[in-house]
Amino acid sequence: MTDVIETPAAAAPVEPQVRDRADVRRQIKLVVVLGLVLLAEVWFKLEIDDPTVAHLFKGPRTKDNPPVEFDGTVISWVAVALTAVALLLALVNRFPRGWVGVLVAVAVGLGFYGAFLMWAYADPSGAFAPAMTNPIPGTIRIATALVFGALAGVLCERAGVVNIAIEGQFIAGAFFGSVFSSFAIASIAAIPLFWCPVFGLLGGVLAGMGVAAMLAFFSLRYHVDQVVVGVVLVAFGYGITSFLLGQIPDDRNDQFNNPGLLEPVEIPVLHEIPYIGEALFGQTLLVYLAYVSVPAVWFLLFQTRWGLRVRSVGEHPKAADTVGIDPNRTRWQAVLLGGVFAGLGGASFTLSTGAFDKEMTAGLGFISLAAVIMGRWHPVYAAMAALMFGFLRNLRDQLSILDEKVPGDLLAALPYLATIIAVAGFVGRVRAPAADGQPYQKSD
Amino acid sequence: MTAMSPAPEAITPDPEEGPAKGRDLRSWLPTVRDTLVAILLALAVGAFLIAISDDEVIEALDNLFSYPGSFFIYAGDVVRHSAGAVWDAYSALVRGAVGSGSALQRTLERSAPLICAGLGVTIAFRAGLFNIGATGQMLVGALAAGYVGFTYDLPPGIHLLAAIGAGVLASAVWGGIVGVLKAQTGAHEVITTIMLNQIGRFTVLYFLAKESFQREGSDNLLSPPVADSATYPTIAGLHIGIPLALVAALGVWWLLERSKLGFEMRAVGANPEASRTAGMSIAKVYIATMAIAGLLSGLAITMTLLGLQQSVTDQVVGSVGFDAITVALLGRATPLGTVLAGLLFGALSAGGLGMQTSAGVPPELIQVVQALIVLFVAAPALIRGLGRIKRRKKPAAPAVAEPKGATA
Repeated sequence: MTDVIETPAAAAPVEPQVRDRADVRRQIKLVVVLGLVLLAEVWFKLEIDDPTVAHLFKGPRTKDNPPVEFDGTVISWVAVALTAVALLLALVNRFPRGWVGVLVAVAVGLGFYGAFLMWAYADPSGAFAPAMTNPIPGTIRIATALVFGALAGVLCERAGVVNIAIEGQFIAGAFFGSVFSSFAIASIAAIPLFWCPVFGLLGGVLAGMGVAAMLAFFSLRYHVDQVVVGVVLVAFGYGITSFLLGQIPDDRNDQFNNPGLLEPVEIPVLHEIPYIGEALFGQTLLVYLAYVSVPAVWFLLFQTRWGLRVRSVGEHPKAADTVGIDPNRTRWQAVLLGGVFAGLGGASFTLSTGAFDKEMTAGLGFISLAAVIMGRWHPVYAAMAALMFGFLRNLRDQLSILDEKVPGDLLAALPYLATIIAVAGFVGRVRAPAADGQPYQKSD
Repeated sequence: MTAMSPAPEAITPDPEEGPAKGRDLRSWLPTVRDTLVAILLALAVGAFLIAISDDEVIEALDNLFSYPGSFFIYAGDVVRHSAGAVWDAYSALVRGAVGSGSALQRTLERSAPLICAGLGVTIAFRAGLFNIGATGQMLVGALAAGYVGFTYDLPPGIHLLAAIGAGVLASAVWGGIVGVLKAQTGAHEVITTIMLNQIGRFTVLYFLAKESFQREGSDNLLSPPVADSATYPTIAGLHIGIPLALVAALGVWWLLERSKLGFEMRAVGANPEASRTAGMSIAKVYIATMAIAGLLSGLAITMTLLGLQQSVTDQVVGSVGFDAITVALLGRATPLGTVLAGLLFGALSAGGLGMQTSAGVPPELIQVVQALIVLFVAAPALIRGLGRIKRRKKPAAPAVAEPKGATA
């Protein structure tokens, strides 16, 4: 009897392992990517003649705070070793999955960043050789708008409304954020100076919701193609803000376009963490709002009844309607709430850098859209994608002084290229909500 | 991602009443009427913006609110000054567009690239593709055409053809990438074109910083001027790019309505699955369509670069790439409509300049008006709804009672 039972168990390991094609493809992709990373890192290392680099992580360059010099060789080699280990794991198909895999990928990414920086800043020439600075403040500054924009996109598209108009919401939010704040500073004495830019946020929110309302009005009520409305609203946003800006007389500029800046608020204890504390927790209210908004939107979409409704009208409006959910009403709500976030993102342009300029959003709205797709229509992943895009854009700004070595413009194109690669399915399938972009009309 | 495809029928007029099916003049009427109403409505919103931003009107409004007792006096002021400001602005607009020989010339010069780039968007619409990528296609086209134009020394004519060829080819490749991605991986063209626009911008910036693209003695990102031998010849002050745009429109019409490829494009646009079943290669159609769309965008930028501006900057495209979309939408994705819409937008753009100089109205107002025109055109139900409010007493709204074109 025992023989009969044991036979299949004994035979099982002898059977050749069957792997599906997706698994094989995943391994090939990993090997190719890691191989390229390793090659690049080795090339970076070999290109360096003088491995001395300098950093200014403690603050801007002053007499008391000269750049700290150190030898970058170790960092370069650690990066190479990390990638080599990961490549070996991938070659024998033992690359970890799940959270561990993500951690390994992040480690390899950081290693690559380090090796790249060592190469970029190595071989210093002259007394004022460029020094590395802390990437976090710049990343946060750019990513704040991107995160808000991505949240707006996620909310709209989860409800089944394509939002190409994020850029238009940004530019409108930036303008009206500036106007509200300037007006509060110049003309409303009741508001203390600290709160004036916060009042400006209200202007941004109203503007963002205004553009959102136009999107909803034309696409939900009149079934105009959502992509068309989005494109037109971007043009409209650019046009109306430039027009209104042109209408502000020079002598009244203070009254309408001198918004002041949001003051940083230090969070006790946390902001004293060395290197990262000040950059993460010595920020403005708007940045903290972004920190809170990401989990809030996740909670709203995935843990509340309203979120379930939003997702259901985005996937199958007819089914939702059958069980008593009004698809268009739900979509209106989601689009307007998205407008709140997009408006906040727009306001961050003026309220963290100063007077409105008609080109200040510089296509970041479209990067937000890219972040939505890269983040697979999930608020947390989209925010992470936005953070990564902010990081890349900031890296380009930081490296602009090294332009001879690093082609900054090509670096700037990287987020867009990454998006194309993602959409083309090279890094896994992305799937939009099923009813994204489709108007819903109740049939009689 | 296919969910984001704008269905061609969302843009092209309803086949029941539009020009697509009927050759009958009456079948055009609803389309033409809706378009005219949309234009008027957009101009009315523009008038409102002009009025409320006029200094005298603001002053009158100020008085109105300060002295409500004299309501009628100041209300009269408001109306009078508003009407004056709007009249000043719009008459300057018309003068700037068609008021003189040079105004007309400027209108045509601005229309030509709009028509060509608009045709690129139109042709993509008909195959069910939304080409937002005219900007990127034009940028790389400018780079290539400009490079040939200012680097090589060729006899006239040949040099011009070589520059046009290089620009058109680069743009066609840039557009073709979108088609290949769509055909091979299903990547949505709206996303890829938006991304390629940005990549195109940075590509141009990258090359402009190179020595071979730098104008001597200039610190700006500005290429050397295109050699005279590579510019469009002029006839009576107008460069021949303008008739070329009309030829391109004719070509697109022939392609769409008379050729096998055009038939396949329209079939795929109407129903990709059915076309596949019928044995057409959807991949081929997508790639060919986007390459041709890119080619037309490339032709558009040669009209700016080799006709007028003559040096490459990262701003060389201006808003043409974006306006091309609105032109195609307004033209209902037909070649004739695109030509008319291109002429209208060219006129608005030229007139906007006149409005700025003689009435002090920022030319950005035109951008607002253009956006609104397209928004209203795309929402015929809105326009008909407005008509319905006025004639609520009548049992049948005119839009419904309209003859149903050639199907009858």
